[in-house]
Amino acid sequence: MPKRFTARLISLLAVSIFAPLLAPAQNLPRQPGAVYDFDRPDEKPGPAPKRDLSGVWEPAKGPGAAIQGKGALSMTSCEYKVPGVPYTGYAYDAKAPVPDCLQPKQLPPYTALGRKTLLAHIPTEGYRMVASALTNDPVPACNPQGFPRIVLHDFRTSRIIQTPENVVILYEFNKKWRVIWTDGRELPKNPQEPTWGTPDPPESRWWGYSVGRWADDYTFVADSTGFDDRTWLDNAGLPHSDALRVEERYHRLDAVHLEMTVTIDDPKMYTKPWVALDKLRLRLQPASLDIPEEECAPLETEEYNSQFAKPAARSAKVK
Amino acid sequence: MRKALTTAAIVFALLIVSIPALAHHGNAEFDIGKRVTVKGTVTKWSWSNPHCFLTFDAKAESGSLVHWVVETQPPRSITAGGFSQFTFKPGDEVTVTLEPVKNGQPLGRMLEVVLPSGKKMVTGHID
Repeated sequence: MPKRFTARLISLLAVSIFAPLLAPAQNLPRQPGAVYDFDRPDEKPGPAPKRDLSGVWEPAKGPGAAIQGKGALSMTSCEYKVPGVPYTGYAYDAKAPVPDCLQPKQLPPYTALGRKTLLAHIPTEGYRMVASALTNDPVPACNPQGFPRIVLHDFRTSRIIQTPENVVILYEFNKKWRVIWTDGRELPKNPQEPTWGTPDPPESRWWGYSVGRWADDYTFVADSTGFDDRTWLDNAGLPHSDALRVEERYHRLDAVHLEMTVTIDDPKMYTKPWVALDKLRLRLQPASLDIPEEECAPLETEEYNSQFAKPAARSAKVK
Repeated sequence: MRKALTTAAIVFALLIVSIPALAHHGNAEFDIGKRVTVKGTVTKWSWSNPHCFLTFDAKAESGSLVHWVVETQPPRSITAGGFSQFTFKPGDEVTVTLEPVKNGQPLGRMLEVVLPSGKKMVTGHID
């Protein structure tokens, strides 16, 4: 019996015998009303429209397909290739099999300051995670996630609006938005420099300053700078400084797909630029899709912290 | 044959692989793999971020009441599983299967729950 046939036979048997275990897969996170690539496996998308990013976009392989808690670099071109089991991003249980590409062996090129700053960050996710009550991550206390963390952790349903002057991205988490200017203006050259006119004062920003351009008819490139260095790059605590520059590259693949790549350039924290998000495939959603709200509300987080997070961390043998 | 068995092992492993929680924290608090099933009476269902959580009172073997707090995923991650703001109300008798925390407190994360109607629901925290 050919080995390949035997392998397929045994695999099929395994799927049949353990099919009930797949039942929870029906409860995979998915945005109600959204369409994913696994919903339309035989689809043949039409050609990409020129210079058009507009619409509601969602990770094409499901809500978990973007970077998750293990942090930037953890999902680079990584997927489970098992028929019937949608890619879900990462394995939540440390004992579960973790594909090599999810292991934290791909580390960004830290400088000495970068490594020191990383170690000062105490995250609730990634390979250095602690109980949530013991973290110094600013986000669980409802501080701004900021850019680029909004796209380097669990990128979610987002709406892109194009106008003659700018590209506006509306993000799901905390209903945040960014403006990427396409009117020809340049990025501020340093934080002390006056910004883009009154009423804006010269200041660093949680969300930075962004300008964009079409590199070709299907590729839009945005550059951002002027960041507040109190934000983290991701949920695993990767650091950045006020010298951070971010390049976003949006490549329109076809009528329903857009690919997003994010490159980090921060000479204070990293010895060279590195790709933090590598070709995340997004899928155009029905125009009618209503993006639900997910708001970090201190009223709710305080109740959660007092009832669960703090008592769960007591006695502190939780690492 | 060895390759065939390896393939089968990988398929099996992926069938039982965890479902992502899409939550705001990892596993540090939890006694991974441990299971506790508790019957109790709902006191509150918080449909909230960063986590929904259910509180309920259960009788311990000694007869005393134990107040449990069990978290689960945020609303956006469990709506597809059929949960809503109105899934539980105070006074509901429920049976909760949970993964407890490491420190012995009556805290955990909800894996499955059987509602008063007998309907079983899973949260997606499967490991």
